[in-house]
Amino acid sequence: MTEFLAKPLIDGNNFLQLLWFFVIALVFAIFLFLDGIDFGVGMATRVLAHNGDERALYMRAVGPHWDGNEVWLITGGGAMFASFPLWYASLFSGYYLLLFIVLVGLILRGVSFEFAAHAITDRERNVWQWANFAGSVIAPFGLGMMLTSVIQGVPMDAQGNVHAGFFDVVNLLSIVGGVAVVFFSFLHGLHFLSLKLDEATSERMLNTSKKTYWIAYPALVIFVILAFIFTDFYQRRTKSTLLITVVILAATICGHLAAYKKRGGFAFLASGVTLAGIIAFIFNGLFPNVMIATDPSKSLAVSTASSSQYTLEIMTIVLCCLLPIVLIYFSWSYFIQRKRLLTDNSPEAIKAALAE
Amino acid sequence: MTTVFHFFFVPLSIGLAFTVTVMETLYVAKRKYIYKRMAQFWGKIFLLSFAVGVVTGIIQEFQFGMNWSNYSRFMGDIFGAPLAIEALLAFFMESTFIGVWMFTWNRFKPGVHVIFIWLTWLGSTVSAIWILAANSFMQNPVGFGINKKTGHAEMTNFAAVISNPQLWREFPHIATGALMLGGMVVVGMSAFGFMHKNADRAFFTRSIRVGAIIALIGSILVIITGDLQTLEIIKDQPMKFAATEGIYEDLKSPAPWMVVGFMNEGSHTAAGLEIPGMLSLLAFHKLYGGTIQGMNTLNQQFLGERGKIIKNGIEHPEISNYYVPANVLFWSFRFMAAVGFAVLILAICVLWFTRASKNTLADSRWKLWVLGVCTYLPFIGTTGGWLITELGRYPWIVYGLQTIADAVSPTATVTSLLITNIVYFLLFCLMGGVMIFYSRRVLHQGPEPDVEGSAQTATAGAHVGAHAANRKVALA
Repeated sequence: MTEFLAKPLIDGNNFLQLLWFFVIALVFAIFLFLDGIDFGVGMATRVLAHNGDERALYMRAVGPHWDGNEVWLITGGGAMFASFPLWYASLFSGYYLLLFIVLVGLILRGVSFEFAAHAITDRERNVWQWANFAGSVIAPFGLGMMLTSVIQGVPMDAQGNVHAGFFDVVNLLSIVGGVAVVFFSFLHGLHFLSLKLDEATSERMLNTSKKTYWIAYPALVIFVILAFIFTDFYQRRTKSTLLITVVILAATICGHLAAYKKRGGFAFLASGVTLAGIIAFIFNGLFPNVMIATDPSKSLAVSTASSSQYTLEIMTIVLCCLLPIVLIYFSWSYFIQRKRLLTDNSPEAIKAALAE
Repeated sequence: MTTVFHFFFVPLSIGLAFTVTVMETLYVAKRKYIYKRMAQFWGKIFLLSFAVGVVTGIIQEFQFGMNWSNYSRFMGDIFGAPLAIEALLAFFMESTFIGVWMFTWNRFKPGVHVIFIWLTWLGSTVSAIWILAANSFMQNPVGFGINKKTGHAEMTNFAAVISNPQLWREFPHIATGALMLGGMVVVGMSAFGFMHKNADRAFFTRSIRVGAIIALIGSILVIITGDLQTLEIIKDQPMKFAATEGIYEDLKSPAPWMVVGFMNEGSHTAAGLEIPGMLSLLAFHKLYGGTIQGMNTLNQQFLGERGKIIKNGIEHPEISNYYVPANVLFWSFRFMAAVGFAVLILAICVLWFTRASKNTLADSRWKLWVLGVCTYLPFIGTTGGWLITELGRYPWIVYGLQTIADAVSPTATVTSLLITNIVYFLLFCLMGGVMIFYSRRVLHQGPEPDVEGSAQTATAGAHVGAHAANRKVALA
């Protein structure tokens, strides 16, 4: 067993290193799938809701879940720290200011749920609803920018310190990447709301989603073209990159069709696959590196950035024991909240709601 | 700064979670409606603190990479694992079940619903274990080896890392400190609640008693665990101990105890009011036996063992010796200890003044004011404790292995540090302020009325944020 674990399998990486690279990609994909909902719902509060009560209702739809969803980001960060400390250190210190902006977005959004619930006047509540909206745009945009600027190669020294200048972070590809993540999060949130709210609202959500797709396509196509020009993904990892591109495009089209056919559930799955696909695209392209340096000899590879074999073994055991349990209660928490929310002020409806 | 601010809210969340847990458990056990109202009312305050605690926690996690990248490279092999396990084992549990708990008051039987708050509290407590496991390693590194090729620390014995004696002294102290804090906050806020003209006396009397019992038990335990932890620190980090007691020169037993004093950190001398023999009693629980080493001796000893701290061939003048900020530690320790005993006395007083035969507390405004102001008291205690823990290992970030100066991100510029710190500071002030403001308002609005049906309707409305009666939304 230990012999197998230590044996190099692909590109000099042993089984555990490959596993953890995959786990981190998976956790980030799940994170974007789930938190995409919250970001999208946050955006919908300004784009679609007519008044403060409707905004509150949208926020209520993700109220029980946003917190748990965000833990996937924390888990991703923690897992990265534990299994690839060098990657964690280079990435987060290199993208200091961008990550800081993302964090400010997440802070504003995080407190807004609770603070908005305590507001008395409409004006006061509006302040926190704006905070929620701002956080819901800033965070996915910043994360999208970070992910897409990483894949272009960044100036890195031999110690792995990233000296990223302004244009390394803010450039055509990264802006398009950020915009794409924002758009697909928005669509994803709309689809989620179409499942959570009453029929009339649900219809409105899908109608907006239909229109938004027409804006999302160009963003996606431009992204693919730019990725072809600015990264070596299509040259270096041709087959897998093409495959993922096709999956992303197919999921996008499926989502659009489902929105036309008023099938909220399918649309939701499809937009989630698109979001997760973006992560798959990036991680697949990075492999066998975790950070691509402009000078390729200084790139940080999976095999060199990982922590010791012993730590990986411990972490693998922990993961195998805990992840199934987490997944069970996590899905259960969604399951018990699966009912649609009603917007009916009549005493009968309140009574019926309480009788549950 | 993030750490200190975050550390306001962590014990608060844990402590309040426990208080709410006790209240809801009482409801399940006694089936008295007042306990449900208590759990829901104090639950609102708990949720406020939780929201702020979570967001500061996120910052905390990413700051290791952002600001301390060299530290992360050096230590990630050991430090990352507890953090990842914390997320998997504790944080998921906490945040999932708090979501379930918040929104299912009318969906599950009380006996089932109470499990969710128990799990939330358990999650927050378990998360403390793992964070402290990481922190304990920084205080007392065990179960590791240095990789000669990379120069990084590598974990060699996971069991040793989690059975670090430092951890199992630190954790009980902090866990019980959190209980004390949670109980005391309920006591203090109830006192303010009494002062409001339409106060629901029965409700606040019951609350203040539950709070006082928790604070009483918490403070007794925190003193005991603190004492145990000190014994460990004398062995592992004598410099920290010497600084908390302001000792520069070695002391032979029976050693005097300086009650108040001032340390001259330049000339390394201390002066103050002393009680003869007391320190030996406090530190070793006996008058004779055991010498206490002073900071001067320890500094010489460290210099002899490790030499001056050198980085890139240059001696760092500011860290060329091993002295810790003695005044801060000395006073932090005194405040912390004073808070522990003060809470103990206050809790006994509260229980005495609210006894069933003669309940006079609510009519005595000065007593209520004292208690109300004391809401903030335990925060001074926890901050003091935290400062001792963190500053006491100066100049090390990992005791004996890496200095603070070596740990920072080489790429982080002064400007970006300045900007982010200012923004963080403003954000923290804003969040703290809003949190106190809303807590006060919740308190002034008082608990839900004591009529079962109408109270529940109001709760259903409150969930979507519509407190005003005219915009109630029914949620199924």
